[in-house]
Amino acid sequence: MTSNIALDAPRSPSARTKRGVNWEKWGWIYMRVSGVALVALIFGHLFVNLFLGDGVSQIDFAFVAGKLSDPFWQWYDFFLLWLALIHGTNGMRTIINDYVATASVRRILQGALLSSTVVLLVLGTLVIFTFDPCPAGADPELVASFCADIL
Amino acid sequence: MATATETPAEVGAIQEFTVTVIIRRFDPEKDAEPYWQDFDVQMYSTDRVLDALHKVKWDQDGTLSFRRSCAHGICGSDAMRINGRNRLACKTLIKDLDITKPIYIEAIKGLPLEKDLIVDMEPFFASYRQVQPFLQSSSKPEKERIQSIEERARFDDTTKCILCAACTSSCPVFWTDGQYFGPAAIVNAHRFIFDSRDDQAQVRLDILNDKEGVWRCRTTFNCSEACPRGIEVTKAIAEVKQAILRGKP
Ligand code: SF4
Ligand code: FES
Repeated sequence: MTSNIALDAPRSPSARTKRGVNWEKWGWIYMRVSGVALVALIFGHLFVNLFLGDGVSQIDFAFVAGKLSDPFWQWYDFFLLWLALIHGTNGMRTIINDYVATASVRRILQGALLSSTVVLLVLGTLVIFTFDPCPAGADPELVASFCADIL
Repeated sequence: MATATETPAEVGAIQEFTVTVIIRRFDPEKDAEPYWQDFDVQMYSTDRVLDALHKVKWDQDGTLSFRRSCAHGICGSDAMRINGRNRLACKTLIKDLDITKPIYIEAIKGLPLEKDLIVDMEPFFASYRQVQPFLQSSSKPEKERIQSIEERARFDDTTKCILCAACTSSCPVFWTDGQYFGPAAIVNAHRFIFDSRDDQAQVRLDILNDKEGVWRCRTTFNCSEACPRGIEVTKAIAEVKQAILRGKP
């Protein structure tokens, strides 16, 4: 019930002077738009992976490889990845802004957040578009059926 | 802690209890840190938390400091944290609280503590002033500025604000970011933004379309919960957000 954190008096004249592009407004709009898109994308994703066909038991390397060799699912996963990751990152950013009072700690946390997001986005995009569904010398039992034609 | 000292003979009779209030005390000239101090007071079921504070101040410890003026929920000077919730002491009946436990009373959070239950309200009023909370109209009517019932209804809710700061000091965003305008300033901007007689809505929308403006709101709803006037504060903030996106009220 006590609050003993030493804070500056509110509205001390330091901040609130710099103007410029108002990213907060665009961030707010992004959260709403991506939120709506993600509802559709995520339920579509769950439906196709867990419900259609054999349901959960169908998920194996071949299933994923089959999806990732289809341009439709590549772009589907691409949008899922980017929209969801940036949505989550922006949410984390606002939480850090809300709860971390020390400027230096805040900067460190936000730097870590930003860099991990960039790494994940680059890695994820790389995987989506450069995924090799038929690794050379793989057991034909384990890879997608169409690999037989290539191998 | 409460013991009914006498059994009421008739239903609805005024009961008397002993209530323990634990008040967060702070004297900047003596104390390095605030501390909790408890007092036992005799209360009636018709009494309010403000009466408990009066009893402490008048009968037990005259150094207890708190603000109050009207004692009837209209001046907005006695917002405080009662059992962890922002309430007006003069509108909170003792019998509505759980008197089997002590009642914790402390100053509202997020504003600099000055003494006992008194905080420095200046940061709160600074952001209030910044939204230009006054009618700005270039029209010079002969008699009066006509407004329809519907036009008036758009901002009726936000006219009720008494500037008690219960909302702003219950907002977790304001607690860590004192630069945030805070719900009360937005409520009072809303009152003029949606007033058909006012010409400067756009100016206020620009002021609130700020890094520290309406976008900082996380729809926590603490403000709506805290408002002693029952103003739907979070809804008012959402309406201002919508108006900024639309570009007009
Ligand atoms: S909106 Fe309600 S809680 Fe906030 S200052 Fe006005 S009356 Fe007090
Ligand atoms: S004393 Fe005026 S509102 Fe409580």
